[in-house]
Amino acid sequence: MRFKSQKIWIFPEDDINTDVIFPGRYTYEPLTPDEMARHALEDYDSKFIEEVEEGDIIVAGNNFGAGSSREQAVTCLQAAGISCIIAKSFARIYFRNAINQALPLVISPECSDFITKNKKNLLSSKEKIDVDFDNGLLKIKDKVFSFPKLDDQALQIFKAGGLVEYTKTRLKKST
Amino acid sequence: MVGQTLIQKILAKASGKETEGVVENEIVFVSPHRILSHDNSAAISKTFYKMVGPNGKIWGPEKIFIALDHAVPPPDAVKAGNHTVIRKFVKDQGIKYFYEGGTGICHEVLPAKGHVPPNVVILGSDSHTTTHGAFGAAGIPIGRTETASVWAIGETWLKVPESIKIILDGSLPKGVYAKDVILEIIRQITAAGATYNSIEFYGSSVKKLSMSERMTLSNLTAEMGAKAGIFPVDDVTDEWNKQFGFQYDRITADEDAKYIKTLELEVSNLTPRIAKPHKVDNVVPIEELGKTTIDVALIGTCTNGRLDDLEIAANILKDKTIHPNIRLLVYPASQEILLQATREGILEILVAAGGQIGVPACGPCLGAYGGCIASGEKAISSANRNFKGRMGSKEDTGIYLASPATVAKSALAGYITAEES
Ligand code: SF4
Repeated sequence: MRFKSQKIWIFPEDDINTDVIFPGRYTYEPLTPDEMARHALEDYDSKFIEEVEEGDIIVAGNNFGAGSSREQAVTCLQAAGISCIIAKSFARIYFRNAINQALPLVISPECSDFITKNKKNLLSSKEKIDVDFDNGLLKIKDKVFSFPKLDDQALQIFKAGGLVEYTKTRLKKST
Repeated sequence: MVGQTLIQKILAKASGKETEGVVENEIVFVSPHRILSHDNSAAISKTFYKMVGPNGKIWGPEKIFIALDHAVPPPDAVKAGNHTVIRKFVKDQGIKYFYEGGTGICHEVLPAKGHVPPNVVILGSDSHTTTHGAFGAAGIPIGRTETASVWAIGETWLKVPESIKIILDGSLPKGVYAKDVILEIIRQITAAGATYNSIEFYGSSVKKLSMSERMTLSNLTAEMGAKAGIFPVDDVTDEWNKQFGFQYDRITADEDAKYIKTLELEVSNLTPRIAKPHKVDNVVPIEELGKTTIDVALIGTCTNGRLDDLEIAANILKDKTIHPNIRLLVYPASQEILLQATREGILEILVAAGGQIGVPACGPCLGAYGGCIASGEKAISSANRNFKGRMGSKEDTGIYLASPATVAKSALAGYITAEES
């Protein structure tokens, strides 16, 4: 999987929670992913939704996606165009939700620090980021970072394109 | 078999591996005893039909629990329509355990209606599903798509977590409650400190904790990232279970079970704790908090909206009137609690003091309805989250988390205090 680093959104703060990624006041309204995208991070960085572009990447600190189990916190970023999130660590439910929606997540404290420190020159050179999920390797500039690979089961769901597709296939097999 | 923790034993049982046991980080497939959802069931049902097709049937109509609580009664047509979708789904699929709006908050209703025997796995499409650890079950939160998938196929995969042991000793001093204990634990462990881990509670204080107090602790383990927060079954649990006639064995962790961390806390000298905005681990002893005026005081939620919580508040507010600048919102966690509080005269005291009583449900806890705060306003709340925007406004605002006692005392004073005025 290769991402063109259009833009890198850097949110180095720890514990960015799903309430600020997708506010609770919208959680019980039936919204399409595109409608959800319009509220993405609105309580955290109001510029985000105006400036985000297809293929952008988020780089975050520890425990990204803490708090509520709301899946819209994954869907809204995905619909907004985010292609991958690199963080020092993710909250458990957020991580599962992302696998279930096939949104690529990379856990790498070193990479998160590296990108945060080198933001300026990475952006000006429109650096490509290569992420190899089978082997848990991320390449940016000449640097290679390794990250924990997904467990088999999670990888299968991810590769199926998410849990909806995975479950569909499983149901077909069993009938 | 290597020494098994509580969660290992419960997951081994739920995945048919009781004889060989399970090891940490092993992937197991479990079928839940119950799977909980609430107002999010409408969205889950859409995903479910994507998986199974328009005529698809649910795997276990008698395993699914749905309670309407997050926008009750619905404040607008959109949220009302959301409930309509759920009612139709419940009917079409013959779902057995559906609780209409007003019955109460899902995490209160589930155990109170006898859905949580010990030693089982409860999955829930809500992050505070950890609450059910209070009953010796593994309450494990999952997301919406995953819930849809469990509705369709009856199982999901789980990684066997590593465990943390928390040992609580001593007796709580006057004015200090279970909420203060768990806020102190969160201060020490931090918001991410138990991510992927299961927490087990032990120690001499635990034996003295009521089921309600245990629920407060298990509920808040979610705010440390925990996958579960379990109390081993003891006499208190057995006593509670009598009303349901559950048959079960007392499961205990093995002597040689492995824990990645142990936290010991002597509670006898604890003072009231406050979680300051906007993070739950931003906890200070109340004596270190400067004078903080507030506009709204909330007593309720799945953390602290039970009868004992309302009673504690009523004892403080009896024959008194709240500060004129304060709105005191009271949301009993269930209809049963509301009825009980009415019978015992608790409600009368709270209303006489100036409290506004809401329909048993989540209320303003998530900022969708029922007493949101305006920009520039601050709230003290007995809930479990103080994130920015959580109670409505995100501008120049703040939520302080505390015990119902501290909330009630602050409502009288107009500022945050644990002193009785
Ligand atoms: S009371 Fe608050 S924390 Fe509890 S289930 Fe409702 S919204 Fe969630």
